[in-house]
Amino acid sequence: MMKTAMFRIWRGDGQNGEFRDYTAEISEGMVVLDAVHQIQAKQANDLACRWNCKAGKCGSCSAEVNGMPKLMCMTRLNELPLDKPVTIEPMKAFPIIKDLVTDVSWNFRVKKKIRKFKPRPPDAPDGTWRMVQEDIDRVQEFRKCIECFLCQDVCHVLRDHHKHEEFIGPRFIVYTAALEMHPLDTENRLEDLKKAQGIGYCNITKCCTKVCPENITITDNAIIPLKERVVDEFYDPLKKLLRLLRP
Amino acid sequence: MRPDAWWAQPLLIFVGLSTFVAYSTWAAFQGQHYYSGPYLSPFYSPEFFGDSPHSWFGPKPSWWPAWMIWSPALLILWAPGGFRLTCYYYRGAYYKSFWSDPLACTVGEPRKHYRGEQSFPLIMQNVHRYFLYLAMLFLIFLSHDVWKALWFADSSGKASFGIRVGTLVLALNVIFLGGYTLGCHSFRHLVGGVLDQLSRAPARQKTYNCVSCLNRRHMLWAWMSLFWVGFSDLYIRMCSMNIWTDLRIL
Repeated sequence: MMKTAMFRIWRGDGQNGEFRDYTAEISEGMVVLDAVHQIQAKQANDLACRWNCKAGKCGSCSAEVNGMPKLMCMTRLNELPLDKPVTIEPMKAFPIIKDLVTDVSWNFRVKKKIRKFKPRPPDAPDGTWRMVQEDIDRVQEFRKCIECFLCQDVCHVLRDHHKHEEFIGPRFIVYTAALEMHPLDTENRLEDLKKAQGIGYCNITKCCTKVCPENITITDNAIIPLKERVVDEFYDPLKKLLRLLRP
Repeated sequence: MRPDAWWAQPLLIFVGLSTFVAYSTWAAFQGQHYYSGPYLSPFYSPEFFGDSPHSWFGPKPSWWPAWMIWSPALLILWAPGGFRLTCYYYRGAYYKSFWSDPLACTVGEPRKHYRGEQSFPLIMQNVHRYFLYLAMLFLIFLSHDVWKALWFADSSGKASFGIRVGTLVLALNVIFLGGYTLGCHSFRHLVGGVLDQLSRAPARQKTYNCVSCLNRRHMLWAWMSLFWVGFSDLYIRMCSMNIWTDLRIL
């Protein structure tokens, strides 16, 4: 007889909804998304769920599994306690469209507001630049981001305090870090970070780092270094004095 | 709601930090049994004023207010205390454990209003790098204490080289505090993180890589150094009270 497990899945839209229980047959190597697909195929054809690659690279199937933001396609069932129902619900930081699908368009609007890459004049007459790999290593870590928005979902500033208008969230601090620390970039985004983008709202819980499926060290390598750059620019009197003496 | 034991980590941090704060406050206010032979408790080092042979400028200063309890530790402990209080790791830890902000990831919090470190008072956490400069000075003082802990006076008062358990305790204290202080996020920024083209400054790049290496285990260094600095004080206190015997190794 095949082993089964209980899944408690959120059904509903932004206004109304409830958890409903489904039983799915489970086999070796199954992930949460497999179970959701099985339930969708056999028991709830109208269950809405966003997915694409099933390989942890498209960032579409973000949801909350047992209360933690995860990619459903990368969460293996043998890592979960199956003696109790597995809870699957949509990301809480964004408005629900239907069932497990949320409206993440706020993220794309935020991204548009971040100052674009502004390279220095080309290094060579053919219009190309020269970079050293060591200088770009730091930025390449940030480029691994798949925009699953799990970090945005887990961030309590967005999730619990709904500061979407004042804080851009960890994903876009990582994005800004990738631009700001780029060896060719000449733009200054520190004032935006301090004011409009509210980097000061981050209180370093490291939850974003914990949930990142690409293992980007968001807090230590992106947020804190940018916080330190903001301190250099706005809060450190010695740095200000040095800038006056050595403009 | 998360079904796992999400409360375990904040609880452990709460118990760990509370125990340390309670012990260090008690020890700082004692004003006695903080030295033993060549050893000086790290809670009292540097001893600017005090009654021990380690004092720099003699006994309790006359300007110290009569209504205030006197202890040499009160003159200095604010600096390493401030360094830990404003440390990026501890901030994240105590916001969760002591202020439930949030209690744990996705668990939520008991209040609706939130200002984070965007405005007063927590905007003051940006002073961290200044406490770092002071913490660096303390590393020098504590290293000097280890040097002094290598010389033991005999009955005639002549000092001879030796290594005792206390020497190792103080040496480990400097190693752990060094790992913690030199792996600080602000230090990482100052030595090289501020640059976008580190390859143009090879010395800074090497330093940045070393600091980054320590920084990856910043939490571990933070806890090891916190525990050991408290234990170092306890060890010297116990030796000073003749409860523990300081065994000679060399």
